[in-house]
Amino acid sequence: MKLYRFVIEFLQLAILLGVAPAFTGWVRMLKCWSQGRTSAGIFQPYRDILKLFSKDIFLADNASWIFRFTPYLVFGTAVLAGAIIPMLSLELPIASTADVIVLVALFAIARFFTALAGMDIGTAFGGMGSSREMTIASLAEPAMLMAIFTVSLASKSTSLSQMVHVIYSGQIALRPSLAFAFFAFILIALAETGRIPVDNPATHLELTMIHEAMILEYSGRHLALIEWASMMKLFLFVMLGVAAFAPWGIAESGDIIAISLAFVFMLLKLVIVGIVLVMIETGLAKMRIFRLTEFLGSAFLLATLGMLSFFILE
Amino acid sequence: MDLNVAAQLNSFLAAFVLLTAFGMLVQRRMYGLVHLFTWQGFFLSINTAVVGFVAGKHHLYISSILTLSLKVILLPYILHVLIRRLKVHKEVEVVVNIPMTMMMGIALVIFSYYLMAPVTQLSTLVTRSTLAVALATVMIGLLMMITRKHAVTQIIGFLAMENGLFFAATSATYGMPLVVELGVALDILIAAFIFGIFFFHIHTTFDSLDVDQMARLKEED
Amino acid sequence: MLLVLLLVPLFAAVILGFIGDRKFAPEINIAGSAATFVGGAGLALQVYEQGPMLAGGKFFFVDAFNVYLAVLTSFVSMTTAIFSRRYMRREKEHGRVGHVRMRFYHAMFQLFIFAMLLCLLTNNIGVLWIAMELATLSTVLLVSLYRTPTAIEAAWKYFILCGVGIAQALFGTVLLYFAAEKVLGEGGEALLWTNLSQVSGSLEPTVLSLAFVFLMVGYGTKVGLVPLHNWLPDAHSEGPTPISAVLSGLLLNIALYALVRCKVLVDGSTGTHRAGNIMMGFGLLSILVAAFSLLRQKDIKRMFSYSSIEHMGIATFAFGLGGPIATFGALLHMLVHSLAKSSIFFTVGHASQMHRTQEMDKIRGLFKGNGLVGWGLMFGVMAIVGMPPFGVFTSEFLILTATIKDAPLLTPFLLLGLGVAFAALFRRVQPMVSGDIPSYQKPIKVAHLPVLLHMVLVLILGVYMPAFLNNWFHTAVELLK
Repeated sequence: MKLYRFVIEFLQLAILLGVAPAFTGWVRMLKCWSQGRTSAGIFQPYRDILKLFSKDIFLADNASWIFRFTPYLVFGTAVLAGAIIPMLSLELPIASTADVIVLVALFAIARFFTALAGMDIGTAFGGMGSSREMTIASLAEPAMLMAIFTVSLASKSTSLSQMVHVIYSGQIALRPSLAFAFFAFILIALAETGRIPVDNPATHLELTMIHEAMILEYSGRHLALIEWASMMKLFLFVMLGVAAFAPWGIAESGDIIAISLAFVFMLLKLVIVGIVLVMIETGLAKMRIFRLTEFLGSAFLLATLGMLSFFILE
Repeated sequence: MDLNVAAQLNSFLAAFVLLTAFGMLVQRRMYGLVHLFTWQGFFLSINTAVVGFVAGKHHLYISSILTLSLKVILLPYILHVLIRRLKVHKEVEVVVNIPMTMMMGIALVIFSYYLMAPVTQLSTLVTRSTLAVALATVMIGLLMMITRKHAVTQIIGFLAMENGLFFAATSATYGMPLVVELGVALDILIAAFIFGIFFFHIHTTFDSLDVDQMARLKEED
Repeated sequence: MLLVLLLVPLFAAVILGFIGDRKFAPEINIAGSAATFVGGAGLALQVYEQGPMLAGGKFFFVDAFNVYLAVLTSFVSMTTAIFSRRYMRREKEHGRVGHVRMRFYHAMFQLFIFAMLLCLLTNNIGVLWIAMELATLSTVLLVSLYRTPTAIEAAWKYFILCGVGIAQALFGTVLLYFAAEKVLGEGGEALLWTNLSQVSGSLEPTVLSLAFVFLMVGYGTKVGLVPLHNWLPDAHSEGPTPISAVLSGLLLNIALYALVRCKVLVDGSTGTHRAGNIMMGFGLLSILVAAFSLLRQKDIKRMFSYSSIEHMGIATFAFGLGGPIATFGALLHMLVHSLAKSSIFFTVGHASQMHRTQEMDKIRGLFKGNGLVGWGLMFGVMAIVGMPPFGVFTSEFLILTATIKDAPLLTPFLLLGLGVAFAALFRRVQPMVSGDIPSYQKPIKVAHLPVLLHMVLVLILGVYMPAFLNNWFHTAVELLK
């Protein structure tokens, strides 16, 4: 039985590694359609990653071990985070050792090293990107934690599996605190995954890029890992939101039928989230970087309001 | 609709009222403000009807319709007309330090909760928990009037404050007696005409609706 | 009688609104106010003979406390109407107001009186709030009647600050209703003052103390208590002088009346003196701040507005102090202040018309220029600073005596405030009345009757207290205990 649960865990990791690029591909495809362009197809990200793996690494002379180590670390944390978030089943062996706060910390570690790597080479763009990234992070992380605390207040636990259990048991119906936390989460997720009102994943325009500026010096295998990790990050944020706010479909037991049903539900949710994401991105313009404090401030405000309304209204 | 669902619906609407209050606090555009105000009135009106249903108070249906016609239709319409006539719809107000204002708003919510806690404990009504939200809405309206410098914005803050008061009456006591509610509605209507006239006066006299221009009356030494 | 009192100003407002600015409009205004006064006097007679009464299905309530204020209100509005006939005609000749605004002015004046009387006579605390708001709204556009930048600024400030303040009072009223509903059941009955005062002992004290804080801030703004007074000097000085007279003389009284009514309920519920202490604090602060602000004024109407803040502070302080002597003093003070202050504004209005300015440095030689204006102002100021034999002396003396007895530590502060106000007013008024007539002074036709009537009444109240008034005040003191 124990072994079986590990099998599910590995299955989940495989899905993470496999489906994440497809999700990114789906989003890009939708975006192309919405802009009236021909898309490169849903599988283009796989081809990109493969292409990058087959290329040589071109390393700057003054690159230190941090620069070389970072891609592996970023990739590793993403995989580890994927083992914690329930995607298919609630009975994940690794998930019981780590809760949501650890999850936030994992993302933070990855970001910290990316920022270090961005500064490591000493180019202007890297430093600029790192500084911007850390500015965003310093605002997004408190808001993220606040939103998570609100959800865990409602479910009286910081473990994601436990949260889903509580939602399943029907104790939570119309909860204003969860609604606030949900909206806060959407804003934070947009910021954390570098989507449009905050950052534009498709541009290399020097004045606006944030995440792309930090990884500008990477090439070959390193770049492939980082790109892959950032695809996984987007995927994981979707999964996290789904698990915390709309977990219906995730299997409670390890039963094969339930798991396969959960997989279908997951794909369905991904399709829907992709459409919503593209709608958000098409509807909004990228913000000036100085307005970001307000954007993330609103996220923090929403999360705090969620927490307050938990105490006041529930 | 059972009592539990109604109570949850009530607190949900309360949360939205609070959210719109915060939205108004940080909204820069004139029309955006009016829209938020309209939404707030809409939530308020639905909430009143829900409470009326739960409590079996039929006079609350009347106040709900009154709210709908006054705060969702008439006042926003008047504001729209004024904004268009005065040609201030393109004006984007300079709001100082939005994050700071938000923090103050949150502090006010906590303060209201603290202030209303003893009252809430004494109440037996389903809606009691929304009383703190109502006071918070009043306070945020007040904060908006202090931090904003545009005459139209100040008036919207004033009206938002009135929304909070109405909300307080609904959640603390299932509504004030009908005579009082009608009287209050009448007063607001008169106030609406007065500020309408005022906007024109200010506009013709000062050539702008920026209240900062009005600083002639000061204590002289 | 009660209906006469309320309906006459309402009808007068409608009629004046319809006929517009005709030649006889001021006379109709006077006639309406006079009829109101007759109604008030009749009601007073009724109450004097029969005691407190309820009317209109408990909707109205008249007792010794509000009936004297109702008579005062109708009386001062009558004399103000007489004064405004000459005064506004002059303003029209100067071209400061046109036909449309005169129509508006007359109608709103009567509506304002209606709102104040409704405020006084209603038994319902909710309606009290509505009437108070109506009184504010009806005067906002009167304050901005001249459409000068300063007048508009003052009116906007008045509108916004009083709106904010009065909103707090509504929240307090909601809380009051919340507490009352538990004892009296739902519906309109639970907001009736007569019902509330009977059961005030069983109202929830925590809720009522909280409610009082909101009511204090709300109605306190309208009373013009420091630090909520910011709007008052502007609103009272920028409007036409008849409006300044009724705002300072009457509206402040009404707001204080509302506050005192609420205080009685709160004291009955909590059984402590907390509400009184809050009022004493606000009152004393108002006296001191207003007295020192008097020293630095340049505008004559502004100066007397500050004096109004000071006197409202004294009355609030006295009501807060409680006890028979202080309450008696406060009731008398509201009466004599209102008479003296409106009379001062009448003379000030004429004086500034003679000089075409409100700047005190430019007003000179009033004794020689116009005896009534000069001596009226002089005596008015003597009365308002509390010189014997005027009525203000009596009331302030009573309040001081009560303070020495009940709160001796506060006496020096009170005396300091009174002393500074005395010095400040005299220093300013003395040069204005004496000296030669400046070249720019123009003789004008003045309204004699209102000033003379008010001064004689203030003088009479200083030396002799009529038995019926004495009787009323004693009943009111019992009520407010």
